[in-house]
Amino acid sequence: MVQSDLKKFFVYSLFLGILILPLVGFATTTFNASRAFTVWGLFVGVLAFGLITKGIRHSGGYVNLSDSLAPARNKIKDKLLAVPAKYYILALLAFAVIYPMVANRYLVDVGITCLIYIVLGLGLNIVVGLAGLLDLGYIAFYAVGAYTYSLLNLNFGIPFWFCIPIGIGFGCIAGCIIGYPTLKMRGDYLAIVTMGFGEIIRLMLNNWDNLTDGPNGLYGMAKPTLIYPSIADGGLTWVTFHLKSLESLYFLVLGIAILTVIGVQRLDRSRIGRAWVAIREDEVAAELSGVPTMWLKLLAYALGASFASVVGGFFAAKLSYTNPNFFIFMESCIVLCIVVLGGVGSTPGVIVAAVILSAVPEIFRDLQSYRMLAFGAAMAAMMVLKPEGLIPATRRKRELHASDHHQHEES
Amino acid sequence: MANDQPILQLKDVHTYYGNIHALKGVSITIPKGGIVCLIGANGAGKSTTLMTTFGIQPSTKGEIFYQGRAIHKLQPEEIAALGMAQSPEGRQIFPNMSVHENLEMGAYLRNNKKEIAKDLDWVFTLFPRLQERTGQLGGTLSGGEQQMLAIARALMQKPTLLLLDEPSLGLAPKLVEVIFETIQQINRDSGTTIFLVEQNANMALGISDTGYVMETGKIVLTDKSSVLLESEQVKKAYLGE
Repeated sequence: MVQSDLKKFFVYSLFLGILILPLVGFATTTFNASRAFTVWGLFVGVLAFGLITKGIRHSGGYVNLSDSLAPARNKIKDKLLAVPAKYYILALLAFAVIYPMVANRYLVDVGITCLIYIVLGLGLNIVVGLAGLLDLGYIAFYAVGAYTYSLLNLNFGIPFWFCIPIGIGFGCIAGCIIGYPTLKMRGDYLAIVTMGFGEIIRLMLNNWDNLTDGPNGLYGMAKPTLIYPSIADGGLTWVTFHLKSLESLYFLVLGIAILTVIGVQRLDRSRIGRAWVAIREDEVAAELSGVPTMWLKLLAYALGASFASVVGGFFAAKLSYTNPNFFIFMESCIVLCIVVLGGVGSTPGVIVAAVILSAVPEIFRDLQSYRMLAFGAAMAAMMVLKPEGLIPATRRKRELHASDHHQHEES
Repeated sequence: MANDQPILQLKDVHTYYGNIHALKGVSITIPKGGIVCLIGANGAGKSTTLMTTFGIQPSTKGEIFYQGRAIHKLQPEEIAALGMAQSPEGRQIFPNMSVHENLEMGAYLRNNKKEIAKDLDWVFTLFPRLQERTGQLGGTLSGGEQQMLAIARALMQKPTLLLLDEPSLGLAPKLVEVIFETIQQINRDSGTTIFLVEQNANMALGISDTGYVMETGKIVLTDKSSVLLESEQVKKAYLGE
């Protein structure tokens, strides 16, 4: 046991060495040995730490400690579970409302990004998590929303609130355009086609100079406004309030996110949600049970696309600027990562993962060029340690542990 | 007369899988109320016949009538709504839904909660084993239980015509007998017409009124089941005598 662990340790260290030393060491043509070995040393250190803790656990010291703590830990767990979910939701909401009042501008900006990713993650979760259709070009719908608002506002001066429903309409149409030809496709093929679709949208925006001004992007869109009645000076007047400050934009996207959460939760528990699960589990059986699979798959695409479109419109309005490079393939990947990391099909999981994935690159900002490396390592570690996601949906958990279950049944 | 109208009629149906001509002009007539079986070797096109009837693998030529209504251009969900149900080959239950959820999916198109509850009770009296396992996941059931669940799920649609695809596949002989007895009971109790597709010719002909024999995409023989059981041709090819 210990011997095999030791062997594993050396093999892993060697493998990491082969991988990391040239990757980190070479700066163009010169080899920076100290930098390469520092990074490698760090990784080996983590491995060694794992080995040592395992050794201690094996020798018995740790087990006793863990056992003696177990009752207390279970007690805390039970107490935490006993608190109704609505209190957690209220606490989270309270935090979200207070957050922009205590945080600085930079943190509020990160908060906005985070909420945008929550909406995107939940939208993609409808397509990937509920209906089980892998979509690698999801960011295209975000682009559709952003450009719908930009073009309508710049060319016709249509305000934000009117552009949003139009954007939803265009998002739905785009969703059906990608959905319809892929209805009979599954798995890998579907992933490739959706990826191609995402790139087509981006390249179109990049090259259609007359309409989108190509890579220069569009700028100067109006911020969203709120119009409310006022009876300040005796008579009733309508006051226009421009949502210009970062805080007001934060509250706007918070509202969008809350509506998205409510919408997705309702869908999940509805008849439609159950039919999506059935399609994911066995499409032919779902068809035989009278589930209109074609329409429901199209609906999944259209609904997922409309959420992305709403938040895309917000994104363009917030920056007053948009260009095709915001909508690269990497963005689709990050949104998919949020869904997978959080737990496919799980709303709380997606929310937590969106917070982590938008916060982690900021936390690692000090690492500069190693930032993405650290990001990747964090992702890989997560997938090894918790393959079902941070907060797995109950059904998904069953799917991933189905084989354990089988063994359990037989024994 | 309305009563003489067959519940299902296939007229010269052709189906292709890509370039493979799977059904080469199949004609089958199923009268109301009885049990009709379709027997044949592996790959003869029996399952394709059912899939084509249900609109999952569309036909390229020919007509299909359900209670006098042309259905060969309809989608599967529209056909299911007309009162046809199928228990597919290889069972194809929802593996990560509980037995109860699987049965609920069967009643997907129905809204009358009282009726659904009544049918659930009926299904449980037919298959008591399922009642003991309502909370268990479909994928963790044994082969025989999964077969029962597939049939039970189809019954939850409250069908007028039930298509059964190889219910005996991969089951122990003892269980096959139980399943076939239940099929007869379903036919007797609810008057559901049953179209049974089987490789197990002996059993299928034993419980059915009429039999069709299929070979490489064509119907080669049809008669009363009792006659087919005695037929030299059938005996040689399918009964192993």
